[in-house]
Amino acid sequence: MNKVVRLNSFDVKAANTRCLRYRRRILDISQQVGALHIGSAYSCTEIVDCMYHGLMRRGLDGTSPDTFLMSKGHGCMIQYVILEEHGVLGRQDLDRYCKPDGRLGVHPDYGNPGIEASTGSLGHGLSMTVGMALAERGRKTDGIIYVVLSDGEVQEGSTWEAVMMASSLGCSNIVAAVDNNDFQSLGRTSETHPSFYPLAEKFAAFGWETAETDGHDSAAIFAAISSRSGRKPFMLCAKTTKGKGVSYMENVPIWHYRSPNKQEYQQATVELERMAV
Amino acid sequence: MRNTFSEALYQAASANPDVYIVVADISPVGSMEKFSKQYPERFINVGVAEQSMIGICAGLALKGCQPFAYTIATFALYRPFEMVRDDLCYQNLPVTVVGMGAGIIYSTLGGTHHTQEDIAIAGAIPNMQIIAPCDPAECTQATRYCAAQKKGPIYLRIGKAGEPNYTDKAIDPWVFGKLRYIKRGSDVCILSYGVIMQKAMQLAARFEATGKSVSVVSCHTLKPLDIDGIADALARHKHVVVIEEHAPQGGLAPRTKQIAWDTRATCRLDTFTLQDAFIHNYGSHDDLLSAHGIDMAQMSQRVGLA
Repeated sequence: MNKVVRLNSFDVKAANTRCLRYRRRILDISQQVGALHIGSAYSCTEIVDCMYHGLMRRGLDGTSPDTFLMSKGHGCMIQYVILEEHGVLGRQDLDRYCKPDGRLGVHPDYGNPGIEASTGSLGHGLSMTVGMALAERGRKTDGIIYVVLSDGEVQEGSTWEAVMMASSLGCSNIVAAVDNNDFQSLGRTSETHPSFYPLAEKFAAFGWETAETDGHDSAAIFAAISSRSGRKPFMLCAKTTKGKGVSYMENVPIWHYRSPNKQEYQQATVELERMAV
Repeated sequence: MRNTFSEALYQAASANPDVYIVVADISPVGSMEKFSKQYPERFINVGVAEQSMIGICAGLALKGCQPFAYTIATFALYRPFEMVRDDLCYQNLPVTVVGMGAGIIYSTLGGTHHTQEDIAIAGAIPNMQIIAPCDPAECTQATRYCAAQKKGPIYLRIGKAGEPNYTDKAIDPWVFGKLRYIKRGSDVCILSYGVIMQKAMQLAARFEATGKSVSVVSCHTLKPLDIDGIADALARHKHVVVIEEHAPQGGLAPRTKQIAWDTRATCRLDTFTLQDAFIHNYGSHDDLLSAHGIDMAQMSQRVGLA
């Protein structure tokens, strides 16, 4: 590891430009396949971008002492396009997404460049994060483990086992975010499972430091996480919109999974451009 | 056996700072206390949270550590099954899942504490390796192996406490993936693994009392199974007997039958397993085995000794 750069500021304009570029790239890839969880990726675009570009330290050789884990594996398309931009994945990898001659599938697979753990089944990521955090501590290294969870997987009992353990073990080197788009396959969480809320208070009750922000406001995400005390595991409850940026996708459950047709693609392209203005 | 496990693990942890143990509110006494006092940062008790136990082990292994998960077998393997499958086996991480008190050793605790089908379940998962030592001495060897290997996940099926050693004068050394002859004869061969080896030794003595020359083999590595070794045992003996504390499906008995078929074995083959049924009666470990046909009287009769 060579010189590590810690950013004290975060260029929000650049972040917005990147996020538009990522959404466009994901939209283009959607035309190669029948399904790719586009709504889930758009939901956490700003969160993942902020972690990679505002929070994780990066040496001049491109490596980082920090780790990123996509616990909501189905949203990994945003991670893939960021890794592509970093040169960790090749353009060919994305072109061959879900193809017989490719190596990238709908969920992240450990062993692929830039992928630190296999996820896809929900409720696994946070326990693995705790294990990674303990390993960093055991070796007296200062790596931070960044992890993005879906709100759906916060329903898994295993997530709460990990929530309890992270704070009981004092894993202050964990920075987590819940992509709280309030949607799961069968509807709005606030309607189907009202006692899911309030959310941040639940993590706080288990000994985490928490913050709540608009999950599409890059400046707010950066400010919330970078002002954490570092004394406890940290959870950002980020209010998001599933399918953010494309009107017909926003808050419509079918876009959890399916790809737009040609006409829908055109409309999405226009709307994403408008989002940038 | 659990105490020799913890002593071996303590020694491994003293030599290698990457060795961790993650327990779920169950811990062997003796050396484990030494472990937890000396290396508190590497002794992690998740409480009654087995899914987290496995996930934390996976996270440690993803960062290059050598973790062990430890609790009663049913809670080590069944409760967190998907974590074992996805986190450990799918990612092929060198994590040892220790299933303590496996089989029906917890005889009075009822079916919730029995693991009658653990070899079948663990063995069905790609990348999973399975070791079931037959005595404390083998448990030490197996634990050392698990602490050093980087090949992938291991399900280490161990007993509880107070088992005698059968392998002090074994013909073969303990080698992962190889059958181990405890004694070598020419007429009858008894294949077994785990703490039920006691029955194998007793049955061998009965055969010997009738003038038979008997081999007793510890099949401690259930996956990958020493297929050539089993084929050789089937070819070299006129009568082969399998004794296992496991359901009739997915364990050593059906594998031995399969190998016998594949190699056109001509020996007599008798298998003793637990039945494909839960156990609702109580008593000693022997009482429960007996209820499923595993005792000297029933076995002797079936193998033609009575």
